[in-house]
Amino acid sequence: MAEEPPRTLVDKIWDAHVVRTVPDEPDLLYVDLHLAHEVTSPQAFEALRLAKRQVRRPDLTVAVPDHNVPTRNRHLPASDPVSQKQIETLRHNARENGLLLFDIDDVRQGIVHVIGPEQGLTQPGMVIVCGDSHTSTHGAFGALAFGIGTSEVEHVLATQTLQQRRPKSMAVRVDGDLPPGVTPKDVILAIINTVGVDGGTGHAVEYGGRTVERMSVEGRMTVCNMTIEFGARAGLVAPDDETFAYLEGRPFAPDPEVWDEAVSLWRELRTDPDATFDKVVSIDASCMAPYVTWGTTPAQSVRVDEAVPDPEKMDDPTEAAAAQRALDYMSLEPDMPITDIPVDVVFIGSCTNSRIEDLRAAADVARGRHVAPGVTALVVPGSGLVRAQAEEEGLDEIFGEAGFEWREAGCSMCLAMNDDVLAPGQRSASTSNRNFQGRQGPGGRTHLVSPARAAAAAVHGHFTDVREI
Amino acid sequence: MAIEAFKSLTSAAIPLDRPDIDTDQIIPAQYMKRIERSGYGRYLFDALRRDPDFVLNDARYEGAKILVAGRNFGCGSSREHAPWALEDYGIRAIIAPSFADIFRNNCVNVGIVTIVLEEDTVKELIERSTTEPAAEITVDLERCEVRAGDDVWTFEVDAFHRERLLKGLDHIDLTLQYEDAIAAHERRRARNHLGSLNHHG
Repeated sequence: MAEEPPRTLVDKIWDAHVVRTVPDEPDLLYVDLHLAHEVTSPQAFEALRLAKRQVRRPDLTVAVPDHNVPTRNRHLPASDPVSQKQIETLRHNARENGLLLFDIDDVRQGIVHVIGPEQGLTQPGMVIVCGDSHTSTHGAFGALAFGIGTSEVEHVLATQTLQQRRPKSMAVRVDGDLPPGVTPKDVILAIINTVGVDGGTGHAVEYGGRTVERMSVEGRMTVCNMTIEFGARAGLVAPDDETFAYLEGRPFAPDPEVWDEAVSLWRELRTDPDATFDKVVSIDASCMAPYVTWGTTPAQSVRVDEAVPDPEKMDDPTEAAAAQRALDYMSLEPDMPITDIPVDVVFIGSCTNSRIEDLRAAADVARGRHVAPGVTALVVPGSGLVRAQAEEEGLDEIFGEAGFEWREAGCSMCLAMNDDVLAPGQRSASTSNRNFQGRQGPGGRTHLVSPARAAAAAVHGHFTDVREI
Repeated sequence: MAIEAFKSLTSAAIPLDRPDIDTDQIIPAQYMKRIERSGYGRYLFDALRRDPDFVLNDARYEGAKILVAGRNFGCGSSREHAPWALEDYGIRAIIAPSFADIFRNNCVNVGIVTIVLEEDTVKELIERSTTEPAAEITVDLERCEVRAGDDVWTFEVDAFHRERLLKGLDHIDLTLQYEDAIAAHERRRARNHLGSLNHHG
């Protein structure tokens, strides 16, 4: 018998989920877990109803409102009746189809990509989809997880499968000791800067190397979360003891009597030693620094101790024109030191950086200091349970004393679908994932940073190299 | 949902000479609170349209059904509202040097054809439509050709997507033919613990 060719982690998960494969057609791939939120699902449920189709596996879809939800005065409806209707529609669709729903008054409610792992719904080896591009977050557990559109949501609801072409493979290896003050957020911003905003298009990424292996599971989630920001739909880390320790005992994780068996199966989820990738990128972490974006794509970033670049010194005319447009929008001048840029608003939250380790890192900077005059700072935990944990640790008091607003869980100012919106011209330091034009409100200007650096910007009123604090 | 079949289209083209047009620019999140699928065309490129010089405000491009844009078009979020807005506005084909993956899949499901051509070719088409807004481009999905003036370029397209677009096929109908294979997979899946949820949670 011929020896099996070596396979990547993605290959192994893919092969285990192929329902049907024929030449020249996409594979039909089985979906283990479908997460639904209020914004991208209503049209899918409606189309299903109109076609008189049923949800095939109500037990494999979990619903949660997160994008529109208010982060204060939660006993009241959302201030925008259109948002409120969207939240109510999710509630109705979950009830009508028998889906598990973490509703707005449930302590388990939160950002869909925070609560999946927190509840143990996210598990190694799974295929996980959601109508949200940051579904890549779940790849931190060795799951193949990616965002889909609403028509695909409808397809999953009706068939529990997706028609998919196998992506090309890409390895991103990060080695070296992270310098003090450099966080997983900085690692992923550095990767995006190196690979380019579309360097991963068409690929599924496997992260590896000592730096990634030594990262906490939450740190890996931050890295996998922003995989889509360089064009790759999925980013994975092979599961290890850290992963298993994180999951053990969580509500939806395998029961104790089958736990050992699950772990032994999960341990096989590794790329074979001789497997090859279509694309390999290696990055040295030891020379990394905190990063700040200056432009309107997540790839437009520099180290905090550098200056805003000069488009006139860029070789590629398309890149230079895009950089100039970005600087005009951001109202920045070439060669201005990053630490001279003042901020109006600080947002600590989003599926990228709203977990307990993120809040601890921000609180460490906020402790005993105060938000600078004229700056508004929001801390929005990723879930009701993260919020409860933070309060148990007294982080809410640290933030409160320092003048940060302590909010309830949701996507909030990451994409400004609720009341947490930048005013036109306002400039933010944000721990979220996208600095696109208008992302945090029409005319708003976003700089992406890590939680510690966002907190430091809040207390100084401008960017600062937190390593100096 | 079934999609409108697409065989060949001849139309003027809207030139959008910039890379990395993200889905937030195509349609900002504040317009995604509705639960309907239609009516998003008025919000297409909402922020850019506030600039009177923006190409969509130029009456000479009114009624154009083709968009020609820079590389990495549609990057960012998975929102199908982006192709919904384009389709509602009247766009049926987009030509660019590259597209974001999720956006491209979403376009097929909305009945929009996405065509990748060389960067230089796209530049040429953008120049042509900028200097001569009425210049027509033909997107021929049956022959996999783009034609403009005397020029012809062939393009590659996913054979399955092409078939769906040519015939306007609903992807769910196609998959439901394989019910037996799905059920068989579910039986295999039930026998191991990989990928099973403990629903006692």
